[in-house]
Amino acid sequence: MSIQPPPPERIDHLVEGMTMLDPSAERGIVVSLPHPDDESFSSAGTMALASDAGVPVTYLCGTFGDMGRRMGSPFFANRESMRDVRERELADACTILGARYELLGMRDRMVEFEDPHEVATRIRAVLERLDPSTVITFYPGHAVHPDHDAMGLATHLAVAALPDPKPRLLAVAVGDREQLRAALGPQHVAVDIRTVRQRKLGALRAHRSQTEMMFQRWESERDDDEQMRAYREENLTVERFYRLNGVAIPLPR
Amino acid sequence: MGPIDPARVQKELDARLGRDVYLHLETTTGSYTALGPEKRTPVIAFVRNASIRYERGLVTGEGPYRVGLKLDSGWVYAQGLTDYTVTERDELLLAGHDEEGNLRVGLQLSLQPFRE
Repeated sequence: MSIQPPPPERIDHLVEGMTMLDPSAERGIVVSLPHPDDESFSSAGTMALASDAGVPVTYLCGTFGDMGRRMGSPFFANRESMRDVRERELADACTILGARYELLGMRDRMVEFEDPHEVATRIRAVLERLDPSTVITFYPGHAVHPDHDAMGLATHLAVAALPDPKPRLLAVAVGDREQLRAALGPQHVAVDIRTVRQRKLGALRAHRSQTEMMFQRWESERDDDEQMRAYREENLTVERFYRLNGVAIPLPR
Repeated sequence: MGPIDPARVQKELDARLGRDVYLHLETTTGSYTALGPEKRTPVIAFVRNASIRYERGLVTGEGPYRVGLKLDSGWVYAQGLTDYTVTERDELLLAGHDEEGNLRVGLQLSLQPFRE
């Protein structure tokens, strides 16, 4: 099956110039993203490697993801059942990854319309309670979905407001690879997730309402193309992040 | 949810006629169309828990279906509806799905506010 090849033996070309991060050496990790499934796409391998070593891992999830258009394939959710469906999927994914989760309970799609400072205050309270050594969020302005950008901004504000020594703040960028490289350069930090590839796939599958169609396409190779295949193989091999500490992020208008 | 039965949906529309009802109306392409091969701009709109009252409400078409509600001073309209259900909370949910099961349009009516 197209998604089950063994991981590549060499990863040098994927992590050139990047600092390798060992999640098992962290004191604690908080992943701060807006939707159930964002954690699995971006950071599942990092989360699994940390939790396997006994490092506490928490997914702070901004919304219930209940305005998505994917309802399963064939559909089994509707607009009103979606909140509970996605929270159950999130719970299953977090069980696979050895993580706990907390929900901020914002309305899906509406994060950018909340006061970023208020959201930041709520995130900061969680970070003060959990005291992680690393926080993972989206790169504000480089994350495609407006909720991603807004959650990234609020998390950036939250970390900036913490007393020193602040946790390491890592950011996931989403979008066209060439455009991202032109705007931001290569990522700064990489995690080798080859040993937990199947856990990442399992967590992605747990988000069934959102990923069922994607897996059907992968497995049938329908609508699959070389670029997507390469992208997928990379993200099941390494997870790469930009370091956001000290980076000036403009507030939205 | 299952395929729209126009007679049953009409009965549900009639049951809410002339009453204060909460409306959820939406249409969506999804947020990721810009990343797809066609690089289309995402187009998404929704209204949640607007309070309305309609004096006339019909389901029309041969499938996909249309629903129009005539208000005291305006209209509510949705086209492309394929499936419906009535929830345990007596919410009437109408949705239009594409061939892959993605929601494209939704029109929902409830006597109580939808969650949040």
